[in-house]
Amino acid sequence: MTREPDTIFELSRPGRRSWSLPEAPFDVEPVPSEFARRDAPKLPEVSEGGLIRHFTQLSERNFAIDNAFYPLGSCTMKYNPKVQDELAALSGFRDLHPDQPLADIQGALELLWTFERDLCEITGMTAATFCPAAGAHGEITALLMWRKHFANDRSRDTVIIPDSAHGTNPASVRLAGFKVAEVPSGPDGQVDVDALKGLLGPHVVGLMITNPNTLGVFEQRIDEITKFVHDAGGFAYCDGANLNALVGRALPGDMGFDVVHINLHKTFSTPHGGGGPGAGPLCVDEALEPYLPVPRVKRLDDGTFAWDHDHASTIGPVHSFGGNFAVVVRAYAYLRRLGLDGLRRVSGMAVLNANYVKKKVDARYRVPYSEGTMHEFVASGDFLRKFGGVRTFDVAKALLDHGFHAPTVYFPLTVREALMVEPTETESKETLDAFAQALLEIAEQAEAGHADELRSAPHTLPVSRLDEARAARQLKLRA
Amino acid sequence: MTDFPRDVRYTPEHEWARLEGDLVRVGITHYAQDALGDVVYVELPELGARVTQEAPFGEIQSPKAVSDLFAPVTGEIVERNDEVVAAPELVNEDPYGEGWLVAIRADEPAELDGLLDARAYEELVESLDEEA
Repeated sequence: MTREPDTIFELSRPGRRSWSLPEAPFDVEPVPSEFARRDAPKLPEVSEGGLIRHFTQLSERNFAIDNAFYPLGSCTMKYNPKVQDELAALSGFRDLHPDQPLADIQGALELLWTFERDLCEITGMTAATFCPAAGAHGEITALLMWRKHFANDRSRDTVIIPDSAHGTNPASVRLAGFKVAEVPSGPDGQVDVDALKGLLGPHVVGLMITNPNTLGVFEQRIDEITKFVHDAGGFAYCDGANLNALVGRALPGDMGFDVVHINLHKTFSTPHGGGGPGAGPLCVDEALEPYLPVPRVKRLDDGTFAWDHDHASTIGPVHSFGGNFAVVVRAYAYLRRLGLDGLRRVSGMAVLNANYVKKKVDARYRVPYSEGTMHEFVASGDFLRKFGGVRTFDVAKALLDHGFHAPTVYFPLTVREALMVEPTETESKETLDAFAQALLEIAEQAEAGHADELRSAPHTLPVSRLDEARAARQLKLRA
Repeated sequence: MTDFPRDVRYTPEHEWARLEGDLVRVGITHYAQDALGDVVYVELPELGARVTQEAPFGEIQSPKAVSDLFAPVTGEIVERNDEVVAAPELVNEDPYGEGWLVAIRADEPAELDGLLDARAYEELVESLDEEA
């Protein structure tokens, strides 16, 4: 185990600086005294070299898709090609301001306009917005559009969500002021259509469903499901979190959906995490198009492009300007490089890789809903409990010692001791083999009576097992 | 400690309910606390709050999941276990004792008769174990 590094504040020494600025070449207006702070801010004082070393050392302890396999189910942690970053950093994109004269930003507007059409082609929708900054932001945007549509019918107040849904779905529904009704899954892990029928009625705003669902299984009866929702006067929302399993092969529009969000950081390979920025464009059919947020982008008769704020029924803006443009540029670059054929290979390889890993481990790990696995599968670690109380959580920690990021654990809630594995299409057979082997070795270790080793894993990382329960029970928010 | 004490009734959502005079004391079962793992947060209703059978009356969290707590009977909250709010691990350590959550003055104590008895609940848990 390596020594805990000092925090940047512990490294601080009075007067040390990592910058030197020249005297201002012009008079600087001082901050008005009523706004000026009375005390100096408590900032760490370190040299530039000390600063760089500190953060470089921290970054070396980090786990990232650029240094290892990251099969975090539902999150689609695939490799992000670096050329996309280079293209987004071109001065013609990077140095623009959306309020510049239209003549200056034609290229950017054309990109948005063209990409909107591409996304509509991929989803079978008629219009799209790039404003939402993430998938969940797309959800709330769609729900606000539904709310506007039913502005004169407040008796519609309920949105139906399957029990295997992402937690963001019910959270978005409540944020939009609607109620949640949960529809159970049947024995095949798919929506219980009879139960759904029992929930439908004139109080229903719509249904939100992920397809393939969070078990990685395609909802076989999706046509009926969306039809029943429409018959009840509601809308059907496709949570596009798993679109990477279908892209280039099947259209949410053909499945009867009225609206679908796309997580660009998943399907379109833009960077995850770090607090964003992200993008969760929302594609809609004709019925919902009038409510799309503004600004939109329009093509004028002379072939040039312009911002378009002129929509009487819009829900208004949901983000500053047109969304997180640099993320959209990366996703657009990804699409243009691959083309439709490439996208088909993406979804094909994603499904093949998930099925390959599943097949390698399912003799030991049970996969409760195994029929029709697509881009991810959910195994149960429940059988390990009889070997000295080993749980999925211990498997996840032990995988870190094998050099792999843990899969998603304890989600979806419909599988006990769930291990949700999403290899993605960007991994080699060798990596998949090594990961499957690690999972099998961990099971063997438990069966051979080495539960204690697993329960105290990880053993090789800078930080050993953290007491998550104590951290949550005794929150310490200040140093 | 038995996993399925016979002096309480059970909901299919894994709460237990024990009749004590005219009060119904409520907690979550041993099976529920084991499935949740380390309980880190419990949110309980205020004294005097009305609760409805089968409707959520509070929330319980572990590092794995947030779950609703469902009322076994309709009535009024007359006691709440503030010790469990301060030390949620009591739910794990003693789910049928110190880890109780609330006491309800039931409008119809006979509602308890409609809940599962120890044998029926044990069968339910066994069927869940087979499914998993």
